[in-house]
Amino acid sequence: MATVQLRDLCGVRSGDKGDRSDLTLFADDEATYRAVLDAVTPEVVAAHFGDLVTGPVERFEVPNVLAVKFVLHGALGGGGPRSLRSDNLGKTLGGALLRLVVDVPDEVAAASPRRGRRAPVDRTPIS
Amino acid sequence: MTGTTPPSGGPTGPPADRVVRLGGGQGYYGDGYAGVAPLLDAGVDYLVCEALAELTLAILQKDRQRDESLGYTRDLPLYVAAALPYLVDGRTRFITNAGGINPIAAGRAVVDGLRAQGVRGLKVATVVGDDLRAHSGHLDLPDTTLFASVYLGATPIVEALDAGADIVITGRVADASLFLAPLVHEFGWAADDWDRRSAGVTVGHLLECSGQVCGGNYSGEWWTHGDFTDPGFPIAECRADGTAVITKPEGTGGLVSFDTVREQLMYEVHDPAAYLNPDVTADFTSVRLTEVGPDRVEVSDVRGRPAPATYKGLVCTPAGWSGEVRLAYGWPDAEAKARAGMRFLRRRADQLGVAVEEWHEEYFGVNALGGPTVDLASIDAAGREPAEVLARLVWRCDERAEAARLGREAGLLGLAGPPMVTPFGRTRDTGPSQLLALEAIAVERGLVDPGVRVAVEEV
Repeated sequence: MATVQLRDLCGVRSGDKGDRSDLTLFADDEATYRAVLDAVTPEVVAAHFGDLVTGPVERFEVPNVLAVKFVLHGALGGGGPRSLRSDNLGKTLGGALLRLVVDVPDEVAAASPRRGRRAPVDRTPIS
Repeated sequence: MTGTTPPSGGPTGPPADRVVRLGGGQGYYGDGYAGVAPLLDAGVDYLVCEALAELTLAILQKDRQRDESLGYTRDLPLYVAAALPYLVDGRTRFITNAGGINPIAAGRAVVDGLRAQGVRGLKVATVVGDDLRAHSGHLDLPDTTLFASVYLGATPIVEALDAGADIVITGRVADASLFLAPLVHEFGWAADDWDRRSAGVTVGHLLECSGQVCGGNYSGEWWTHGDFTDPGFPIAECRADGTAVITKPEGTGGLVSFDTVREQLMYEVHDPAAYLNPDVTADFTSVRLTEVGPDRVEVSDVRGRPAPATYKGLVCTPAGWSGEVRLAYGWPDAEAKARAGMRFLRRRADQLGVAVEEWHEEYFGVNALGGPTVDLASIDAAGREPAEVLARLVWRCDERAEAARLGREAGLLGLAGPPMVTPFGRTRDTGPSQLLALEAIAVERGLVDPGVRVAVEEV
């Protein structure tokens, strides 16, 4: 097994409804999808977010698009217009999920097209 | 699938070959509209603008409190103006839920605006019946209710289009139903044709967030596909069998790929096997996405089930006031200084007896957004120290004046607190901000449907 950060394995999209954060991980092939299902359980996600999330974590499997969805209840400090958080809609929580470190089969880690992929930083002054 | 298909402009061939082109021109109130002109240039039979997030009605409610003739999204005239030449030519029809909590006033403003420009011959339809305050007795709404709206489905929009409307303005209609409606109108899909209705809702869900299906907010290689200043907004080429191709105008930035479309497909849907909409329960686990060309993704195989028995309503009530302080602390020991400064304010609140119901603290540069997912122990062990930390302390009070009291105390931190502190940005704070609670409720259809009305006015 190889230890990897989800950032090097998956895409992610964050959304919200009420006081719930809705996060989806996207795998690029079947083997990665299976590995994510094995490694990223609702319990693991709940532990990862700690006291940021006050309610249960649900997981949904979407094999037709190789997606694994998590709905985090009580995740937004009371919901958008009630929350004291800067990120009151949880737009950045997908990134927080990608911070998770998991163990996956060696071949899955090695084959991931997202491995080591980093956006270039353009530090040219804008004026 | 054919490569490119000209705008159908109405029935032009055998039903199986007809293509109806929908354009997603808006994803929320405040969205940029740079992507709208390319959509119209490329040719769309319907320009559909989704203006209402959960939060938006609360903003519009504050407008209406100040002025009874407001309560709709104020950028509506911009969209009408952009679409006008195409509306007048009969090339495009325009559907929007920009009516917010005052669709009648929105319709009035649009009609008056068209007349003032000398436009003649356009039909403007207004849909009402989503305001639940008319049913407050049955629903036991709290006295403090600021607004209460029900998510209507496609039916009244279909009625308006059947009546020849060029512009349809609604209040709270479910986002995806805005897009389902023209497909039901064009293809005559039956009320219990759950698979095709589900296909229409799927297309609507993919288009309702404008640029987000075309590479916006994309977690893949967003830096490799074009310029954000020339955004690609989405087009769906829809057929009577329920299949559709998602694409974008040629020459615009962004990307339409399997990856960008599936990210939008999953956006905010909760249970993907049961996406609840007033018109159908869509099963996104049945959807097949196929790349059929550059920036072209076909959507097929969509299955659906009967719609939920009840409508979804949203009830908004006041939830107190928040005050906050934001200060930037520079290296060295930036986090230590930031935390000490905020701790000082917290103690000061106790000394003053400020009635705070809830506290929240954030340290940007440390873990403000990531919270417990940030492994501070490893960062500390590696001896890494942030170059600067932005501290934000927020508190909630029941009364506005109480929330305002503590903000004044932050002044002490300028000269009498930890060193190397500076305000963050030049924009002045406007004082406490009202917090709102939103509650989702189930509403009997029989209570709502008799009050849903469509009024069509010819300019």
